[in-house]
Amino acid sequence: MKIGVLIKQVPGGDSPLRVSSDHSWIDETSVNFETNESDSYALEEGLQLREKKGEGEVVVISMGPDGRTQKIIKEALSKGANRCIHIVEDNARETDPLQTAIIFAKALKNERFDLILSGLQSLDLGMGQTGVILGELLGMSIATLVMATELTNESIRVKRELESGWFQWVTLPLPACLSIQSGLNQPRYPSLKGIMGAKKKEIKPLSKSELFDGNEHQSITRVYSIQKAKQTEMISGDVNQQISRLVDVMKTEIKVL
Amino acid sequence: MDILIVLENKSGSIHRMSLEALAAGQKLASELNLSLSILAMGKNGGDLANDVSNFKADEILLLENPILDNYSSDGYSFAFTSILGQEKPKYLFMGHTYMVRDFLPRVSAKLQIPFISDVIQFNVDNDAPVFTKQVFNAKLAADIVSNSHGTTLVSFQSAAYQSDQVESGSAEIRTISIDMDASVIKTQSEEPFKEEAGGIDLTNAEIIVSIGRGIGKEENLSIVNTLVDALGAELGSSRPIVDSGWLEPSRQIGSSGQNVAPKMYLALGISGAIQHVVGMKGSKNIVAVNKDPEAPIFEIADYGIVGDILEIIPKLSEAIQAAKN
Ligand SMILES: Cc1cc2nc3c(=O)[nH]c(=O)nc-3n(C[C@H](O)[C@H](O)[C@H](O)COP(=O)(O)OP(=O)(O)OC[C@H]3O[C@@H](n4cnc5c(N)ncnc54)[C@H](O)[C@@H]3O)c2cc1C
Ligand SMILES: Nc1ncnc2c1ncn2[C@@H]1O[C@H](COP(=O)(O)O)[C@@H](O)[C@H]1O
Repeated sequence: MKIGVLIKQVPGGDSPLRVSSDHSWIDETSVNFETNESDSYALEEGLQLREKKGEGEVVVISMGPDGRTQKIIKEALSKGANRCIHIVEDNARETDPLQTAIIFAKALKNERFDLILSGLQSLDLGMGQTGVILGELLGMSIATLVMATELTNESIRVKRELESGWFQWVTLPLPACLSIQSGLNQPRYPSLKGIMGAKKKEIKPLSKSELFDGNEHQSITRVYSIQKAKQTEMISGDVNQQISRLVDVMKTEIKVL
Repeated sequence: MDILIVLENKSGSIHRMSLEALAAGQKLASELNLSLSILAMGKNGGDLANDVSNFKADEILLLENPILDNYSSDGYSFAFTSILGQEKPKYLFMGHTYMVRDFLPRVSAKLQIPFISDVIQFNVDNDAPVFTKQVFNAKLAADIVSNSHGTTLVSFQSAAYQSDQVESGSAEIRTISIDMDASVIKTQSEEPFKEEAGGIDLTNAEIIVSIGRGIGKEENLSIVNTLVDALGAELGSSRPIVDSGWLEPSRQIGSSGQNVAPKMYLALGISGAIQHVVGMKGSKNIVAVNKDPEAPIFEIADYGIVGDILEIIPKLSEAIQAAKN
C-alpha cells in the first residue's frame, strides 16, 4: 500500500500578518510556519491506514521554500512518514491551485500511489481545490470532506461530511484521492525515537521551475486588510475597566443580568 | 453565452446560495452588458426551471438526465464538462456549497480553466471583473483576476450577495441534453444520514458562552464553566474544540454544527472564520474577546474586548456574580 500525503506550510495561528509593502502577499519575515491544520489530520490518517494494513509506505509531499518546508517535513518524518518529496521553490507565493496541482501531478506521476490524501483547505489561500484537482489529473477516484475511512483490498469506503449535519458513505475504487476534513482522528506527536529515526530518512528535492509550465490560470493582484462593516464598540482601558464596562453593557444594554 | 448560473438542486428545490449567485450574476450582467442564462438540472429540474422563470435572465436551460437525479461527483464533473464545452459561457457562477467544493475543482482540472472559489464580492475594472476572496483565515483579502481564455468558474461565499436582491423578469426555457453513460460513475454512494439525535439543543438558548481555540488547553475549560454558571448560559464552541475531543459534537456552532441566535453570544478566543460565523451571526448581541485586535470576529461583534481570555474569564465571572447579588 503506497500512500502519498500533501502537507503545506502555512502561518501559525499566532503569527503576525502584515501585508507586504507592494501588496502582493504578506511580509513573511517574522512569520512562524506550521503544518496546515487539515493536512495534519490527513497525515495521521495515512499513518493509521498503513499501520492497520501492516505494510506499505507513507510519502509526504510539500512544495515551498527551503527552511520552513524542511521544518514541517522533519516533523512528518518524526511522526512516522517513510520518506518525503520536497518541491523546492524560492518564490513562495502560489496563487493558482490548478498550476500547483499540475506541478504535483508531474512530480508524482511515476509514484503510482494507491491513495493520495490532502487537507480539505489551506489556511493561507483557502481555495479548497489542490488535492481534488491532483486526483483528477492523475485519473484517480475522488472524495472530499472525508470524516472516516475503511480500507478493503480493492476499494476504500469513506464517510463524507455533507451540509447541515448530514453525512454519506461512499465507496471508491483504488487508486483514490481523498481530501480530509479536520477532526477525523487525533494527530499524534513525534516520539523521541521517531525524531532520532527521521534523520536517516530520504528527502528527495525537486525543483519547481523544472516542473512549472509558466501558465498561471488565476492571479492575485492585491492583498489588503478588510474594511470593517459593523459599528463595534471596542471596550478599552485596563482589564478591570473593561470588565466593569462589559458588566454594565450586559445589565443596561443587552439586559441579560 | 456570457454568464451561466447553475441552480443547485436540494431534493427538488433551489439551494438558497444559488439565488445569491444569481444576484451576483445579474449584477455583473448589467455592469458589463452581458447575457445571463440559468441552468436547472437534477431530480424535478423542471420545477426548478419554473421557479426561476420570473427572474431576470436571457434564457433558462433545463437538463434532464436520470443519471444526474442523484448527485455524484463523477456524474456532475462529467456533465459540467460537457455543458461548458457546448455552451461556452465566459463565467460560471455557483454558491460555495459542500457540493460545489466536491466536484467543481474536477471541472477546473478537466478543462484546464481557473476556479476562483469562495468569493465575497467583485468589482469591474477595465471591463473585467476583479474577484475578492478572504485569505489567511479571513484576516486579509485578496483581489484575483482570471487569465482564462475559456470559462472562469466562480463560487460565492454564503451571503456575499443577497437572494432578495434578485431582479425579476421573464425568460423562456430551452431544453438541452448531453451524451452521458452511467458508466462514468465509478463510486457507489449510500443514503445520506444524520448522526444519532440527542446531545444538547442550543437553538433556543438565551445566552451562549462560546469557546474557541484561544482557550489553549482542555484543563482551562473549567474557568469557562464557572462563567457559564454565573450567567446561566449554555456552553458552545468552535470546531477545533470538538475536533480535539474536549467537548461533545453537539456543542459545535457553525456550518457543520448548530445554528444559533441567542440574545447574547459571548465569543471567547474565537477568530471568526466564516464557517463559524454563519452559525451565530443572527445573534442579537455579539460580544467578542480576543487577544488579536485584528481578529475577524470583531467585524461582526457589537462589543469587543482586546485581551487575554485566561485573565478575563475568571474576573468576569466574579464581577457577574457580584452584580447579581
Ligand atoms: C467545510 C468546513 C466546515 C467547517 N465547519 C465549522 C463549524 O461548523 N464551526 C466552526 O467553528 N468551524 C468550522 N470550520 C472551521 C473554521 O474554518 C475555523 O477553522 C474554526 O472556526 C476556527 O476556530 P477558532 O476560532 O476556535 O480557532 P482559531 O482560528 O485558531 O482562532 C483562535 C483565536 O483565539 C485567539 N486567542 C488565542 N489565545 C487567546 C487568549 N489567551 N485570549 C484571547 N484570545 C486568544 C486568537 O487570536 C485567535 O483569533 C469549518 C471549516 C470547513 C472548511
Ligand atoms: N504548496 C503545497 N504543498 C503541499 N500541499 C499543498 C500545497 N498547496 C496545497 N496543498 C494541499 O492541498 C490542500 C488544499 O489546498 P488549497 O487548494 O490551497 O485550499 C492543502 O490542505 C494541502 O494538503
